[in-house]
Amino acid sequence: MPSQYSEKTLQSRTSRLVKIINGRIVRDHKIINDDVLYIYEGKIIDPQNHFFTYGNSPDTVINAKGLLIAPGYIDIQINGAFGVDFSVWKDDKQMKEGLDKVAKGLLKNGCTSFVPTIVSSPKEIYHKVLPLLKPRKGNKENGAEVLGAHVEGPFITQSKQGAHKESYLRTAPNGFKDFIDIYGLYDHAVKLITVAPDVEGALDSLEGLINFGITVSIGHSSATVAQAELAVEKGAKCITHLFNAMQQFHHRDPGIVGLLGTTRLARPFYGIICDGTHVHPNSIKIAYDSHPRGAILVTDAMAAMGLPPGEYSLGGIPVRKSGNEKVEVIDNGKLAGSVITIDECVKNFKKFTGCNVIEAIEAATLHPAELLNVQNVKGTLDVGADADIIFLDDDLNLVKCFIAGEEVSIS
Amino acid sequence: MRLIIRSDYDEVSEYIATYVKNRILEYNPTRERPFVLGLPTGSSPVGLYKCLVKFYRNNELSFKHVITFNMDEYVGLPRDHPESYHSFMWHHLFKHIDIAPDNVNILDGNAENLSEECVRFERKIKSVGGIELFIGGIGPDGHIAFNEPGSSLTSRTRVKTLAYDTILANSRFFDNDINKVPRMALTVGVGTVMEAREVAIIITGAHKAIALSKCIEEGVNHMWTVSAIQLHPKALIVCDEDATLELHVKTVKYFKSIEHVINNLIGAENVGLQGNVKKYPTPEATPEVTPEVTPEVTPICEAFYNLPFKR
Repeated sequence: MPSQYSEKTLQSRTSRLVKIINGRIVRDHKIINDDVLYIYEGKIIDPQNHFFTYGNSPDTVINAKGLLIAPGYIDIQINGAFGVDFSVWKDDKQMKEGLDKVAKGLLKNGCTSFVPTIVSSPKEIYHKVLPLLKPRKGNKENGAEVLGAHVEGPFITQSKQGAHKESYLRTAPNGFKDFIDIYGLYDHAVKLITVAPDVEGALDSLEGLINFGITVSIGHSSATVAQAELAVEKGAKCITHLFNAMQQFHHRDPGIVGLLGTTRLARPFYGIICDGTHVHPNSIKIAYDSHPRGAILVTDAMAAMGLPPGEYSLGGIPVRKSGNEKVEVIDNGKLAGSVITIDECVKNFKKFTGCNVIEAIEAATLHPAELLNVQNVKGTLDVGADADIIFLDDDLNLVKCFIAGEEVSIS
Repeated sequence: MRLIIRSDYDEVSEYIATYVKNRILEYNPTRERPFVLGLPTGSSPVGLYKCLVKFYRNNELSFKHVITFNMDEYVGLPRDHPESYHSFMWHHLFKHIDIAPDNVNILDGNAENLSEECVRFERKIKSVGGIELFIGGIGPDGHIAFNEPGSSLTSRTRVKTLAYDTILANSRFFDNDINKVPRMALTVGVGTVMEAREVAIIITGAHKAIALSKCIEEGVNHMWTVSAIQLHPKALIVCDEDATLELHVKTVKYFKSIEHVINNLIGAENVGLQGNVKKYPTPEATPEVTPEVTPEVTPICEAFYNLPFKR
């Protein structure tokens, strides 16, 4: 009898074929109990098509034992961690090593993509640091994927600068030219910008930024609701850490927060810091109830994330970490970024809002991916996406983490 | 032919799945001597596949050395279309188990030359030594695979035009739009199925009661194609109570009595899976029973001797 085992099974194979079974897959706003994932060459592939077309049997079968299977988390606002501060440059070597350290460390929190964030800084810093923060593929060697940089400032409002140094803040009387001058947008390293619509020249520059492929988020601003709506009309897609560093909600002019109530425009996404300190849980619940599909969980973590309590530096400003929740500017007691991890943000979001696990997960996966327009490869488990995958228990504790199809240690 | 009657769909599924499992285990397939299984699609086998997946997950059964042949596939429907039988088999069975993709055989409804594809399929069945066990379901009109009423009972794998009724019935899977339903299918023939060394048919639901009665209580007839099973030396039908509604009481009692005799008088352990006798229990083989029988007899005898006419 001729062998029923075709030899093509062994040939034409460039990568290992991994099959994940018995998981509860978070996909299409649902938990799918009865499906499998196939991973090949670092991507999620169509298993049925692969089975019938190529006839390959999986090399490895991973039994998820009923755990939730979700896309890896995406953090679009992270100033640093593990002692590294993306806004402090000594030399290229140190910055590269620092980036590697953070990229690898974040995997232990289930964060497989991030947008390293630079606070308001002098021009030289941008020119030194941005070229080092260009998009970089995530994999076992590199760590979490760098999606590009987030420049938070310096085109922000003086009274709402938070922990940013006042002397670095800028206006843009020459419009987009001033942005080019400060950032040197030559190498497409900037993925996301936080800008205040009420800063001179900012609104007129949005078109130039967007044409450059940069996603615009508004924040650190005392903009009125009218100014905020104008920014959205001009293409702003997000609010930077909602409630923090913006005009408080007032019923006659709700300011940037008022965008959550707009019916005239497509409502923007909003980043929100879910450490329970930066924003009261009740406020998070209010934001979620008004616009659940817009929530994006951000850590806004600074260098002391992942370090013991003590005194550290944020963009050159001395800050103090006390306990595991709070970092303050030593001089004025203002909040100076958080030290929470993204997986804790997801747990908190579910606890604070009472949302289901799918919504909590999507707020740190699908939503940020949609904001940055990378939802075809990140933040989903659809066919064609990068195989950045996490296993979670029902309490959203991280059990396993895979990047580009390879498992990495989370301990 | 054996007819096994169970109370409902779930019990039927459990029975047939356990049967398939035991047949495969008993066969003990290897790479050189694989178990060749014929498989249906549709509503009848869904429960069966669920059970088989459960067995696989519990490490009770492996499909590593099982080769499968499916009965049919639509013509012209993309292979990845959710209603294709490729998709059906993938979602209900193949993606869950350890079967080698090369051991799976489903007719290609998008082949350039459809007749050639049918010939190739038949040749493939032969090349692996024929089908050991062909499992099927039936339609309310007694059709098996796409062999609708009037199909030749000696038919082989071929292209078949679907009856208007079938297109209408299947439109529920295609947005209720009959224009989206494929009009042709590739299907194994009645002859292909009957050539398998064993055929097992699942029949459940009151809507299939007439078909069951036509297929087993009346003659072999191409208007009820599955009735060809009457000529098969090793045939098994597993049905639920609802499907027996049109059978004679006598027919139902007859088949139930056979199960009763096997289980209670011969002992299920003495009968092989396919009804063959492994060991016929003789009275000498069970001497310990004898003393128990004697006291039962004695009082009757005493009663006899105590009858008035003896006095």
